[in-house]
Amino acid sequence: MTQNSLGDSVVQKTVQAQNNGVAATATHTQPLWLLAEITYRCPLHCAFCYNPTDYDKHTQNELSTEQWIKTLREARKLGAIQLGISGGEPLLRDDIEEIVAEAHKLGYYSNLITSGVGLTEKRIQAFKDGGLDHIQLSMHDITEEINNFITNTKTFELKKKVAAMIKSHGYPMVLNVVIHRYNIGHMKEILEMAEALGADYIELANTQYYGWSLINRNQLMPSKEQVEEAERITNEYRAKSGSKMKVFFVVPDYFADRPKKCMNGWGEVFMIVTANGDVLPCHSARVLPNMKFPNVKDDELGWSWKDSPAFNKYRGDSWMKEPCRNCAEKEKDLGGCRCQAFLLTGDAETADPVCSLSPHHHIIEKAIEDAKNPQLQAQPIIFRNDKNSKKVISGELEERTKEFHALP
Amino acid sequence: MTSKIEMTDIYALAPHHRFQWEEAQQSYVILFPEGMVKLHGGAGEVLKRVNGKATVGDIVAELKAAFPDAEEIENDILGMFELAAGKFWIRKV
Repeated sequence: MTQNSLGDSVVQKTVQAQNNGVAATATHTQPLWLLAEITYRCPLHCAFCYNPTDYDKHTQNELSTEQWIKTLREARKLGAIQLGISGGEPLLRDDIEEIVAEAHKLGYYSNLITSGVGLTEKRIQAFKDGGLDHIQLSMHDITEEINNFITNTKTFELKKKVAAMIKSHGYPMVLNVVIHRYNIGHMKEILEMAEALGADYIELANTQYYGWSLINRNQLMPSKEQVEEAERITNEYRAKSGSKMKVFFVVPDYFADRPKKCMNGWGEVFMIVTANGDVLPCHSARVLPNMKFPNVKDDELGWSWKDSPAFNKYRGDSWMKEPCRNCAEKEKDLGGCRCQAFLLTGDAETADPVCSLSPHHHIIEKAIEDAKNPQLQAQPIIFRNDKNSKKVISGELEERTKEFHALP
Repeated sequence: MTSKIEMTDIYALAPHHRFQWEEAQQSYVILFPEGMVKLHGGAGEVLKRVNGKATVGDIVAELKAAFPDAEEIENDILGMFELAAGKFWIRKV
């Protein structure tokens, strides 16, 4: 998964809906979207995973089924309505059936975000019976070679079988494809594959650089020309395809002039509960310095969302520095991503360096140049696995993490 | 994509979409994969009556009876059908 694939499109759609006159004003005080990062264990080892590189610390202290159910109930009272059950690979837990059924009873629209590994006829039937609303399947490429390379697993055939299983159980088929240097040249073929599989939605999510994808940035980042070509092909496909398949193209922020409105604003609509119970306003918030995030084991969820210092820290715009503070566009992007600002500049309150008005924009320009450097490109990919996570924690991979101001 | 809405047409909610009242927001919403739309009062009243059985004409008549003081209500209702069909929230049965 990438950060953007998990939630931005929801917010974009909510916001668009507000613009077309149907919706009332946004309710900016409710965690409409709850993401349950239910485990960091994963059978895949994707190079572009956004999960924290030190996730190995949180594979032994996962919340219990009862703690998850309590969390779902409390979040629902706060207004949460879209539930994403993600990970790692959520199917590695054997209580997803119970959690799904409870979510349905509570009135959530629930989504299982999966690699497909571990999805059996028996389990999908139980999810259907329990009221799971949809399943989002990650796909990686049209070629077995690249699928297996980038995930560091042999999962190509399995994914096709799972796609058919999802379809045969009457689920909408939502495919997510993370885009990077290795598959960006196959855009047309990927769209055709999705269509052939009967996809209702496909998200082409350009890699954003957090977690594992940040330490593999030189190995993953395509060129600006490749991104433009990919977008052109996507638009061309949309224009001529008469199909009902909805195609979302998530633009990579490194190649944009202005930053993304990260999470649609800090503590505005998104709430993430991690495997160990941390409550976060965004996926990678734990990289930020001098912050104590609430945890469902100790803190009431209503307090966490409304009153905790962490959730209030970057709400609104009073924390902004120049050039954001007096920028005419500040409401459009709220200064971008706090985690990206800190990871790349060491200052969590400065403008996201993606912005061309940022005094640190040269860092992004250098990253784009570095990704073209054959010597840097040739460094090995550090795949997301327990062994490498332990190495990150022990400092053995310092060479690849030292340029960042926190462990990605 | 939007075809003209006829009074004899019958619509149902599109597959994989859910329509429900949200207590926390005091409004109706439509939920679908990775998205939701919050409906203001009038839009909610229209969608609430879309059930795969009532014709557009039935719904117009019912709403006119329910909101006798509302003016020009018919065009608003047809506009809502057009929008909802165009966005694939509802489909003709």
